[in-house]
Amino acid sequence: MSLIHEIDYGTPASKSEKMVTLTIDGREVTVPEGTSIMRASMDAGIEIPKLCATDMMDAFGSCRLCLVEIQGRAGMPASCTTPVAPGLVVSTQTPRLKDVRRGVMELYISDHPLDCLTCAANGDCELQDMAGAVGLRDVRYGYEGENHVRARNDGAINIKWQPKDESNPYFTFDSSKCIVCSRCVRACEEVQGTFALTIEGRGFDSRVSAGMHEDFVSSECVSCGACVQACPTATLTEKSVIEIGQPEHSAVTTCAYCGVGCSFKAEMRGEELVRMVPWKDGQANRGHSCVKGRFAYGYSTHRDRILNPMIREKISDPWREVSWEEAFAHVASEFRRIQYQYGRDSIGGITSSRCTNEETYLVQKIVRAGFGNNNVDTCARVCHSPTGYGLGQTFGTSAGTQNFDSVEETDVVIVIGANPTDGHPVFASRLKKRLRQGAKLIVIDPRRIDLVKGPHVEASYHLPLRPGTNVAVVTALAHVIVSEGLFDETFIRERCDWSEFEDWASFVSEERHSPEAVEGLTGVPAELIRGAARLFATGGNGSIYYGLGVTEHSQGSTTVMAIANLAMATGNIGRPGVGVNPLRGQNNVQGSCDMGSFPHELPGYRHISDDATRETFEKLWGVSLSNEPGLRIPNMLDAAVEGSFKGIYIQGEDILQSDPDTKHVSAGLAAMECVVVQDLFLNETANYAHVFLPGSTFLEKDGTFTNAERRINRVRRVMTPRNGLADWEVTQKLAQAMGLAWNYRHPSEIMDEIAATTPSFALVSYDYLEKMGSVQWPCNEKHPQGSPIMHVDGFVRGKGKFIRTEYVATDEKTGPRFPLLLTTGRILSQYNVGAQTRRTDNVVWHEEDRLEIHPHDAENRGIRDGDWVRLASRSGETTLHALITDRVSPGVVYTTFHHPDTQANVITTDFSDWATNCPEYKVTAVQVSPSNGPSDWQVEYDEQARRSRRIAGKLEAAE
Amino acid sequence: MSNDAKLVRMANQIATFFHSQPAAEGPQGVATHINKFWEPRMRRQLFDIVDHRSGEGLDPMVLAAAPLIKRPAPSGSTDHPPAA
Repeated sequence: MSLIHEIDYGTPASKSEKMVTLTIDGREVTVPEGTSIMRASMDAGIEIPKLCATDMMDAFGSCRLCLVEIQGRAGMPASCTTPVAPGLVVSTQTPRLKDVRRGVMELYISDHPLDCLTCAANGDCELQDMAGAVGLRDVRYGYEGENHVRARNDGAINIKWQPKDESNPYFTFDSSKCIVCSRCVRACEEVQGTFALTIEGRGFDSRVSAGMHEDFVSSECVSCGACVQACPTATLTEKSVIEIGQPEHSAVTTCAYCGVGCSFKAEMRGEELVRMVPWKDGQANRGHSCVKGRFAYGYSTHRDRILNPMIREKISDPWREVSWEEAFAHVASEFRRIQYQYGRDSIGGITSSRCTNEETYLVQKIVRAGFGNNNVDTCARVCHSPTGYGLGQTFGTSAGTQNFDSVEETDVVIVIGANPTDGHPVFASRLKKRLRQGAKLIVIDPRRIDLVKGPHVEASYHLPLRPGTNVAVVTALAHVIVSEGLFDETFIRERCDWSEFEDWASFVSEERHSPEAVEGLTGVPAELIRGAARLFATGGNGSIYYGLGVTEHSQGSTTVMAIANLAMATGNIGRPGVGVNPLRGQNNVQGSCDMGSFPHELPGYRHISDDATRETFEKLWGVSLSNEPGLRIPNMLDAAVEGSFKGIYIQGEDILQSDPDTKHVSAGLAAMECVVVQDLFLNETANYAHVFLPGSTFLEKDGTFTNAERRINRVRRVMTPRNGLADWEVTQKLAQAMGLAWNYRHPSEIMDEIAATTPSFALVSYDYLEKMGSVQWPCNEKHPQGSPIMHVDGFVRGKGKFIRTEYVATDEKTGPRFPLLLTTGRILSQYNVGAQTRRTDNVVWHEEDRLEIHPHDAENRGIRDGDWVRLASRSGETTLHALITDRVSPGVVYTTFHHPDTQANVITTDFSDWATNCPEYKVTAVQVSPSNGPSDWQVEYDEQARRSRRIAGKLEAAE
Repeated sequence: MSNDAKLVRMANQIATFFHSQPAAEGPQGVATHINKFWEPRMRRQLFDIVDHRSGEGLDPMVLAAAPLIKRPAPSGSTDHPPAA
């Protein structure tokens, strides 16, 4: 194994199909029109010296190192900014070029420290490489003059020198090593789209500055790492590289945070992770990253990680460390005892959306084949289950229709119920790039999310609807499109059932669905809805991206159908630049659904009552499978409270913190006799567990994750599991203890079984992934290359189905006692329940959940910014600090759920989506009032959590 | 909220959706949905309300759907773990 070196072509690839032939250094080269001479040379294997150019960004032409000579043209043009032309004869190395380049280099080095041996970039410094490439041997100017390098010049203070900025927890900024190539500034603009960096001053005074001459952590910098990656010197350097040194080998793997599924190179020294660097060939991220994937991996070696299996009889007992064998035998005998005592259906399992496809497959397999029932569910229940249902009904498959590249060809984007700059940051960067090129944006969200107005990006329409009125708004959009005749009749006649369309069209045309009629309940001015509808229907390629603000409602499934209707009515399905795109929350939530984690479906979304599908698995597994759907997570908890559900195996999921109505969840868990939690840490759910099985991180195992664009990406093991076993091995050994004859030697064998049983995965194997890099399912005989875009020649279900979407107000209503509506979301630096990100330096950006409240509502209640406030609903109450902002409308408050001491889900109710039981997180009627500090409940909870984490013979855990 | 009340609410939510659909789909839609997604003990509980408490609180469309909903096997029919 060696370090993966990616070729830097210097300038981005041209997409032109017209080819141009020219001669470079006597070699004939043919490249697409629009390619730079620099890139064309690199294509031919000739590396022209460069400093300010890199293929992640447009050419800039400032360093004057990449000069070439062109026959018949005067001067020495920069090869990065000069496009190829037919018949050009280019020389990259002439006596004149050599002299000029050496002279340029000499100037750079005259203002650069000569501490190469002790420099963190030693071995990975482009400046050093270029000095070598141009043959620099001497700096005739000396080093004594004006400079940015030394704190003092002959004892006098050097005002040009600036101390190192170490404020960011993950990288340093050392201005003394900067050559002002502007790569960092351009990366921040072009790749990330934040515009946090700039060049201040002119001439010799020019220097890189974060914000208005601020330190990095106080500036708008979002710590995505693009600038660090772009820096050709040691000016911007990962602190981990400074501490450890340069990596010596690397493996391409997939980020274990959000559903974008970025590809990274895990760069290693031995078994120590030096850094994670986004991989340019990663099809989802195209070489970009966010603060989580790039930097927040420190949880994997955090001291809180539990490395030994543990058992206890009662949840009030301290934990007792045991051997793996004892733990497996104990779980197996407890589960069998419970089944004998309370019936076969009295136990179940939850698969993890953070674990690999292979691991998820095994958990649903142990439930179906080992427990003998279908009581298996996954966290998608509480996020995108309505997507599965809604798209399944309308299109015939639950999957998102596009790849992420599709955004590059979109013209009008609707973002509804999603906050990509925080939840899916790398996709947000790609979207912003397209918006800067001129695509139009419509945001439908109760909050003024960052996309509504940011640097060089502004939504044409922001529809700030009242939480819970998605269906009314989307149906009103359809009303405008139909009543104004803006629908795509040709598409509908060809691809959809015309009579169903007619039925739907007459439904949405009713006056009661007009923007004017619903204005009173949605709070959105009718003119905005009309304008947005016209723009979407007539603005070219229209795409819809949505998140949990759509699904986590009592009408979540109905909104998904309304979105699908809108896409079909405007003919925006089946080609690049359009489509319906659910932004999946967790790294492998798509995969966990694909793998049969739902209680009514076997892998590949085939209903459990389908005899042929069951037979496939029955033959292979040698068991008979129940044809009845099993319990969903909320149903499991209901059944537990009622006394018929007594044992659960939970892999990598913290239902106590993430699921709604915490008190109901804890009552359900407390009523069970054997709760088995497999996780990295003693999470909140483990407070109610009887057995703890330590889990492994994504760095410690082989497998695959499937991202939101259905892309199956490899996860590669780069270190030994600290707990001793990868998660798939834990499930396998548990299955063996329960008497199942499983014998997988490697996750690739599990994938082979998936491919053999699941038609949409038929061609997927580790060998094939090795060859292809990644593929998007369906990947089978019909689609051997995978399927970047779905429904290309027609819908999966045959004809697209229009479905009426009647708005039904949620039962969760505001009133005198609870006059405000609470909605929830997430923040860039934290992830989900925060178990991982809270154990990293990301806490510098978000150390607690805060309650966003409009100044008007705050004023009425005598609340000042930063005050403790009590947040109460019909379900419960908690306290947190207020953040006064007009991002939320009057009447709406907002918080995140990343911290267990806030426990936002004490507040949320047990209302749920009509079709899937996906909880209604996004609408809770609440009251907010000033408070003196944590509620009694929080104090009690904290005490209970602290007691339940005791481990016999060990000091108390810190958290 | 008691489990029964919750179940009634869930069933009525499904009926509410099908009320807005073309009339032909109504009860059949409710029944298909419940057959596909409700675990036997939930259906058993539903039938308990339909059979013994004259469908108290249930939307008339749920009652109309009841004959189309699959009756689950009586509880206890799979009271042992599968043979390993």
